[in-house]
Amino acid sequence: MDAAVEVRDLVVDRGKRRVLHGISCAVPTGSVTGLLGPSGSGKTTLIRAVVGVQIVRSGTVTVLGRPAGTAALRRTVGYQTQAPSVYADLSVRENARYFATLHGLDAHAADQAVRDVGLGDAAGQLVGNLSGGQRSRASLACAMIGRPGLLVLDEPTVGQDPVLRADLWGRFHALADEGTTLLVSSHVMDEASRCDRLLLIREGRLISDDTPAAIRGRAGTDDLEEAFLRLIREQEKVAA
Amino acid sequence: MSPRITFATCARILRQLRHDHRTVALLVAVPSLLLTLLFYMYENAGPVFDRIALTMLGVFPFVIMFLVTSIAMLRERTTGTLERLLTTPLHKLDLLFGYGIAFGLAAAVQGAITVAVTFWLLGLDTAGGAGLVVLIAVVNAILGVALGLFCSAFARTEFQAVQFLPVVVVPQLLLCGLFVPREQMAGWLQTISDVMPLTYAVEALALVGTNADPTTTMWRDLAVVAAATVLALILAAATLRRRTA
Repeated sequence: MDAAVEVRDLVVDRGKRRVLHGISCAVPTGSVTGLLGPSGSGKTTLIRAVVGVQIVRSGTVTVLGRPAGTAALRRTVGYQTQAPSVYADLSVRENARYFATLHGLDAHAADQAVRDVGLGDAAGQLVGNLSGGQRSRASLACAMIGRPGLLVLDEPTVGQDPVLRADLWGRFHALADEGTTLLVSSHVMDEASRCDRLLLIREGRLISDDTPAAIRGRAGTDDLEEAFLRLIREQEKVAA
Repeated sequence: MSPRITFATCARILRQLRHDHRTVALLVAVPSLLLTLLFYMYENAGPVFDRIALTMLGVFPFVIMFLVTSIAMLRERTTGTLERLLTTPLHKLDLLFGYGIAFGLAAAVQGAITVAVTFWLLGLDTAGGAGLVVLIAVVNAILGVALGLFCSAFARTEFQAVQFLPVVVVPQLLLCGLFVPREQMAGWLQTISDVMPLTYAVEALALVGTNADPTTTMWRDLAVVAAATVLALILAAATLRRRTA
């Protein structure tokens, strides 16, 4: 399996608390991989380690064949933080064009990304005047500019209406078809079925790393939420 | 570092400023209003107004840009834009120079207006030219930007950030020779005053007040302020970490 992201024995402490307890997993190239888990399970920490902004205690994270955070990766990894990290006192278009320039791209690429997230009509509005869902999409647009090799999205669909959410997932798969690898976190289980592959983490430990079909098969149920519950109980039984 | 990214960052910061009409109005008008206040306070005091007004033309841009920059940089940290920027090809110095140039330009506009008001409406009288006063004001403003960028690293909230004003700015103001001439201060106070950049800026302005042509000491003073600015920018760059806990 060709992996765009490979995590080995990753241990991360934040303050005095251990947040990730030796996680190993992989994100196949060209896939849409979902990172699922409840709030506080360590999703954002794992994502921060992948984009190379997290201080790690031990273990390795390899992204597109290089150690995470390497200077060369900054040109090819797109990152959407959980809170919309765009400038509230700039318009959507101005935000997108600024991030495009950082990647050496022109205004055209920026405007395309704004349209891709369905903000074409709001492009001239200040981000500060947008709704939460729109802000989050403005932030997503800034991450998607220029077709990065790896797109890391931390809860991109929170607060979006169902139609838009379906559109966004369609967009993610379209990007994957063009060769971009996507790592998308969510705490909503009903999004799990939209992924090619699932990483489930809970309390800083990996519960499962498989395709949705394999997880359903292993747990003996079609409902992914129920499947995850069974996997967690099974592991707890093994641990006890 | 890339000139393209530095320039884009500078343009982005100016664009943010342009959308904030109230801040622009405050930046442009407040120093002139304060100097007008000073003018009426010292209406019959003759050269005292000249001395204090000249000093204030250097102090205001320093204080204002320090405050504006600390808050702007703190916002970059708290909203996550800094974390995101540091995952892009942007170099730390692109960001710091972007801020320095953007707010330096803002300070140039502010300085030109304030100097014009003070010289032509309030009748400030100096031996040297008004252009030199603007130059010193702009260098001072960039010093304020650099110190603001550095200090914002030690603040987690806006409340903390504004508290750095009394810590960083007020001692420099007290010891720069405005309130008590430096030679009348105790030796240890003079020593502290000697290592504070604002002291040199104030001395440079005083020299413009008394000399028709720029003196060597004035250029030396300005060089000291510029060097302190570069030092503060280097320290600020050291506080910007791509990886955080």
